[in-house]
Amino acid sequence: MANDIFTDKKVDHVKGSRQFIADEPHIAFHDKRLWTLRDLRDKEAHGIAEWEQLRELASAIKSHTLTHLADYLEEFERNATANGVTVHWAKDAAEHNRIVHEILSARGVDTLVKSKSMLTEECNMRPYLQDRGMTVVETDLGERIQQLDDEPPSHIVVPAVHKLAKDVAEVFAETIGTDRSNADPHYLAEGMRQDTRPYFIKAGAGMTGCNFAVAETGTVVTCTNEGNADLSGNVPPLYIASIGIEKLIPKMEHLGVFIRMLSRSALGSPITQYTSHFRAPRAGGESHFILVDNGRSERLAMDDFWYSLKCIRCGACMNTCPVYRRSGGLSYGGVYAGPIGAIINPTFDLKKYSALPFASTLNGSCSNVCPVKINIHEQIYKWRQIVVEQGQVSFVKKESMKLAGKVLADPKRYRAWSSGAGKAMASLPRAFLYNPFNAWGKQRELPEPPGQTFHQWYAANRKPEQET
Amino acid sequence: MSSRDEILSRLRGAGRVPEALPDVPLFDENLPPALDQFKTALARMGGQWVDAPADGLDAWLAQRFANAKVICSAVPETAGTLQVHTVTDPRSLENVDVGIVRARFAVAETGSVWLSEAEYGVNALGYLAQHLVVLLDPAVILPNLHHAYRQAAFSQARYCALVTGPSATADIEGVLIRGAQGVRTLTVVGMRGDFLGVGGGVA
Amino acid sequence: MKVALFIPCFIDAFFPEVGIATLELLEKTGCSVVYPFDQTCCGQPMGNSGCEADARGAEALFVKNFADYDYVVSPSGSCVHHVRDHFTAVEQDAATRKVRASTYELVEFLHDVLKITDFPWAEFPHKVGLHNSCGTLRRLGHASPSELNVAPWSKPLDLLRGVKGIEFVTPQRPDECCGFGGTFCVTEEPVSARMGYDKVRDHAGAGAEYIVSADMSCLMHQKGCAERLGMPLRFIHIAQILNGARH
Repeated sequence: MANDIFTDKKVDHVKGSRQFIADEPHIAFHDKRLWTLRDLRDKEAHGIAEWEQLRELASAIKSHTLTHLADYLEEFERNATANGVTVHWAKDAAEHNRIVHEILSARGVDTLVKSKSMLTEECNMRPYLQDRGMTVVETDLGERIQQLDDEPPSHIVVPAVHKLAKDVAEVFAETIGTDRSNADPHYLAEGMRQDTRPYFIKAGAGMTGCNFAVAETGTVVTCTNEGNADLSGNVPPLYIASIGIEKLIPKMEHLGVFIRMLSRSALGSPITQYTSHFRAPRAGGESHFILVDNGRSERLAMDDFWYSLKCIRCGACMNTCPVYRRSGGLSYGGVYAGPIGAIINPTFDLKKYSALPFASTLNGSCSNVCPVKINIHEQIYKWRQIVVEQGQVSFVKKESMKLAGKVLADPKRYRAWSSGAGKAMASLPRAFLYNPFNAWGKQRELPEPPGQTFHQWYAANRKPEQET
Repeated sequence: MSSRDEILSRLRGAGRVPEALPDVPLFDENLPPALDQFKTALARMGGQWVDAPADGLDAWLAQRFANAKVICSAVPETAGTLQVHTVTDPRSLENVDVGIVRARFAVAETGSVWLSEAEYGVNALGYLAQHLVVLLDPAVILPNLHHAYRQAAFSQARYCALVTGPSATADIEGVLIRGAQGVRTLTVVGMRGDFLGVGGGVA
Repeated sequence: MKVALFIPCFIDAFFPEVGIATLELLEKTGCSVVYPFDQTCCGQPMGNSGCEADARGAEALFVKNFADYDYVVSPSGSCVHHVRDHFTAVEQDAATRKVRASTYELVEFLHDVLKITDFPWAEFPHKVGLHNSCGTLRRLGHASPSELNVAPWSKPLDLLRGVKGIEFVTPQRPDECCGFGGTFCVTEEPVSARMGYDKVRDHAGAGAEYIVSADMSCLMHQKGCAERLGMPLRFIHIAQILNGARH
């Protein structure tokens, strides 16, 4: 699972979700925990009279920025450079990783501490640096759990949410030597703190991702709870930030809108414990900002999908998603899971991720909780059409829909089917109806076939308007 | 063509129709009293509020952190055992038990205090210390984040943070733990005082 | 008022009683109801599966059947959502545009067009859990979704409050999706069934005897789940209650 993200292997969401659901304690906890976050988010959203107005503003600010993105990137670069920061540009993941490695190796750095960054996950940076002899330490607790278990994060805010404390106890016992029989989260978190702290002191460089990049001042903003981003950015002499180019916002004052909503949407807390603003290097320190495209400029050119670049990675769509909650992030087989994964991953590799747009009931709650008002479920619907156009659905599915389309376009053929459907079902033995190949009947009873269709009833009891 | 120019030209060629930038209101009508709201929000985020100690700051520190060996001060109100302006390497703060700083301002809506290299003296003090004590003049509490982000201080500081309670995590089974990688506790002491940044030293 | 009745394919084939209740209810409210006899389906199953092109024939036939009416009424929210929001496989000529604008779901037609909230002939002395399908809730605006910060409303509740003896019970997650999701119910069977199980358990936990909904497809799915779990829950379409069904 972990290593398939960066292969061509087609993701089978159904198989992954079936495995996840088979484990009752894990799915029950996962669903409950994430529903709790959605519930906390609702309480916050309902507690602020201007909440829906803030969503409108955030969406409009992002629309404006994305439709002027080149200008704002240049402004950001100008200001950051004037502040004494070295600004780099990376077209793709490979270039990003190369830049990071060059910065580190030129200064003889062999240990990097880093806070959580979906972009470095997207770039698969850790293995790249480790293959070149570097020690890379994730310092966010959830991310560290996943690193030590050699698994990708399953959620963009709570990376190890699919694990129970006993799983963490196993992982830590194997890797950092905690007591295998002690699964108290306090004990485990303290074990990780003690193990991580020396790395902050030893590391030659620290790295963070970026929640917002402010063009007006050249500032990188990180929103975190654990203190690890500020340790990474303030203890080692060298600081590197990885910035997705879509993270730009025009001015400082716009942060008021986004910061008010980010943590409330993500976790139902009014703000993260730390909202940190890295503008200029510390006296005697050194800062590097890497602006990364990696498919974003292509996405900006997609009429139906450029809106997904507004995403501020709060995870609210995942918490509310009834499918994600019951299938777990790893079943999506990509860096991004849940609804946002269903619309972002296909932009990277349509063939690999062709199943994801179908891993949705199109219920639309994702679009309603989204703080920047991305029309997520509409984009999922559009992706389905594209997946079919590009020939990425199974032959069986395609043929059955073609046949259904033909039958439903022809009243005569439809009548033959509908008057026969019930009768045929009534005469079939139960074993046939509920065989393992019948997806409906596996875990559900089939509807009882009626004696006659509505159409037949109408013909018998009323005067039809039109005769076929 | 450099990557920079390639990215910029691709963005300019994406064919997006320019959209307007909206004005952001201050949303500051009918707000509760700032100090009360600050205290409520701070408590919710795991921080503690203490009124100015009657017997002075040193007596309160001795009682509140009886076992502390290293108390690093960035404020004139107390000398602690270590003055931050004597520190040259942030890593040497590894063994600090208690750090003491004064916030430039605070935000009622979220219970946050604003700190930069000027207040910290050494930024790492706010994160390597086991406990953080923040002096705050109740007169400098802003109502909400919209007001906060209109402060020029954000564009003058090299580094600054809105710090809200102690570090925290809920990454294991959703159990909330105060004291993740950063400070284990954060106490805000309501004490009048003119802003006196340490400034000048290493940040 | 003259109304054309659209009975979707799965209601026609499996739930004729819902079609009958809809027809009788509309007549009770004084409408003159026409049932265009050559109707089949709106095209939703194909569009929902990404096969929009295969929906063209069904959509064209729908337009042909219903272009002459100012009001097309259907007891299925998801089909109306398709006609209104995703009916794009067929050419968007004047007739298509008219049909798309004239198609109403039964609850909104009663509530917004006829403005009826009293059903003196109806009595339903049971504990009822209301299920709003996601399409009616978020696309047709039947009710306020719990995640939005808006003043609350509910059209189906406004109607059901006009029924004697009815008692409402509320599950812990009132607008959590039940997992039907169109073709999702078979293509993503493990998650779909799990969601259905969770849904019926939530309703049963709240003390519901009946689940009522304006969407028979969700009810078909939930009924299949409840029966497999051996739960005594019963399922009924809102048209049946408003038409006077006692059980």
